[in-house]
Amino acid sequence: MTNVTLTTLLKRGAIWGFILFELIFFSVAGEFMSLSNKAFMDIDNMLLLLKQSAPIGIIAIGMTVIMINGNIDLSVGAIYALCAIVLLDSLNWPIMAGLGDWAIPLAWLLALLTGAGLGAINGLIVWKTGVDAFIVTLGSMLGFRGLVFMYNGENPTSHLNWTLVDFAEAQVFGLHTATWFLLAVTAIMWFVMHKTVHGRNAYAIGDNRAAAVNAGIRVGPHMLINFIMIGVLAALSAVVFYSESGSVNPNDGQLYELWVITAVVLGGTKLTGGAGSIIGTFGGVIAIQLLRKGLGHIGADTQTVSLVIGLILIAVLFLDRQLNRKGKEELRI
Amino acid sequence: MTALTRQDIGRLLARQGILFAFVAFMVAFTLANGRFLAPDNVMGVIRSSAILGVMALGVTFVVISGNLDLSVGSMMSFSTIVVLDLHDKIGPALAIPAMFALTMCLGALIGFLVGYLRLNSLIVTLGMLSAIYGLTLTWSGGKNMDIADKAGTWFGVFGQSSVLGVPVPILMFGGLAVVLAFMLAKTPFGRKVYAVGGNGVAATFSGIPRARIVFLCYVLSSFCVATAGLMQASRSMGSQNTVGQGLELSVLAAVILGGASLMGGSGTIFKTVIGVLILGFIQNGLLLVGLQFYVQYVVTWVIIILAVWLDIAVKRGRLWSPIA
Repeated sequence: MTNVTLTTLLKRGAIWGFILFELIFFSVAGEFMSLSNKAFMDIDNMLLLLKQSAPIGIIAIGMTVIMINGNIDLSVGAIYALCAIVLLDSLNWPIMAGLGDWAIPLAWLLALLTGAGLGAINGLIVWKTGVDAFIVTLGSMLGFRGLVFMYNGENPTSHLNWTLVDFAEAQVFGLHTATWFLLAVTAIMWFVMHKTVHGRNAYAIGDNRAAAVNAGIRVGPHMLINFIMIGVLAALSAVVFYSESGSVNPNDGQLYELWVITAVVLGGTKLTGGAGSIIGTFGGVIAIQLLRKGLGHIGADTQTVSLVIGLILIAVLFLDRQLNRKGKEELRI
Repeated sequence: MTALTRQDIGRLLARQGILFAFVAFMVAFTLANGRFLAPDNVMGVIRSSAILGVMALGVTFVVISGNLDLSVGSMMSFSTIVVLDLHDKIGPALAIPAMFALTMCLGALIGFLVGYLRLNSLIVTLGMLSAIYGLTLTWSGGKNMDIADKAGTWFGVFGQSSVLGVPVPILMFGGLAVVLAFMLAKTPFGRKVYAVGGNGVAATFSGIPRARIVFLCYVLSSFCVATAGLMQASRSMGSQNTVGQGLELSVLAAVILGGASLMGGSGTIFKTVIGVLILGFIQNGLLLVGLQFYVQYVVTWVIIILAVWLDIAVKRGRLWSPIA
């Protein structure tokens, strides 16, 4: 019995242990290898790290829900780009100019609605046709990217609005706006997954779909809601990032799905569904960002970052398999 | 009786639906633009699909065995860069086998992780996508690779020359497709690939070495990737580090379009070739009609969903899913 608790504890704490290890390693290694005189554990550096985690992190929180539910969404990068274009382009519309600063919340709303709509398209197709979510979202990853290009050709879309930039660059209690959004999303989604019926049902469906159906849970609507949620979160991520940058290229957000899935898996969520935690994903996002920043700090090139992240991902999978030896996954091929 | 006939038509549609769709597309585009079926255009389309096609052949084996391979794009960049770099250092005759050996080592590593250690193939190959990209950049130092003496080498034959009017990439794609189709359909190894993907537990109990079969599928896939890298390197004689980026998803789209189930156990080389050609001809047809290249993304999206939907709708006997 003690053994079981210890294992569970070990698994839950693994990502935080890894983060702690990274902090110590990069601080010590930075003393000898860093090109700059600044310490790695500098408070500004850490605040910046949180801010830079936000775009991937907000989407990763949504992906956690999707994966707990037993699905996957490969189209998040394309949704992110399309919502960013809607956000910036809508601010250029003549109607919006007459509204003054009220145009900003309206543009945000439009972007979020776009995200919800695209997520709903994915969710409805998965629900109504029964085609595997991997295939559906692989297709819509291409399709939504096509829509991105159709919107404005191969040109960048931009809009500069100082009110917007000021808002995005503001620091409240030391934390940047983007960080606040990340923390708020994490808190809200934690509440949704642990304290609401929808969250419990999402876990139940991912763990054993047949049992969930027998228990009277309607699988379809829950999947639809989850896809809408990740659509909105991808849009929110775009809103947070592009409010500051003000310009979007049609290729932006490519490979985001891979980064996001990496963070979610590092955080301990299972691809097979039924297990995973929002807080774990938050840790996974921080761990990846720490790794990128830390390797940069000790003078490693970008190629090392890709190499290390890939190897860590596989190592985590291997360790996880060792810790979960027994159980149903052993028979599943 | 009528119901039976209708069911039969449905079965036929599902089984060969992708072929009908292919024919319908060809007719529609030919009506829209007479140049579409001109021999040089057809040859051009197949030739430009050949690299994607060769990779899709290998991935077909992996998918039939019930796994995924997201690392092929990144691995293709690796083999292209490696062969170009070694070409100037040890000459083409040694560079090519060395590149094949290195690429197949990567394939063997993935095969070991997925086959023998039974790790989830999606995440392993996702990790390898990132790791191999890092490896490629480390090898090249982030610089583009170019062959110094482009005129004085025979290295270009794999990408640029023709035999009896047929470009070599098409011959390589066609030849490999025939060999692999035979291997998959007519040899014990091929049967075992289907068995492992169809029902891994049953296959294990029948004495089929699941781990070894999965391992071999990945090695085969990496062999195809190395061939694609060779064709790419030979065609352009120089390359960026990101030459294969994103190809893994196009390859997967072609394989799925061909009707291979991601659950494993179904699919054929012939259907994958059709899937590759459909993607190629759609791209070309839409360009000839005067549409921008990105319209093909949207069209591909719709076609993939419809193709897979039709396939499973016929299998379960009803159009809409039973999900409540």
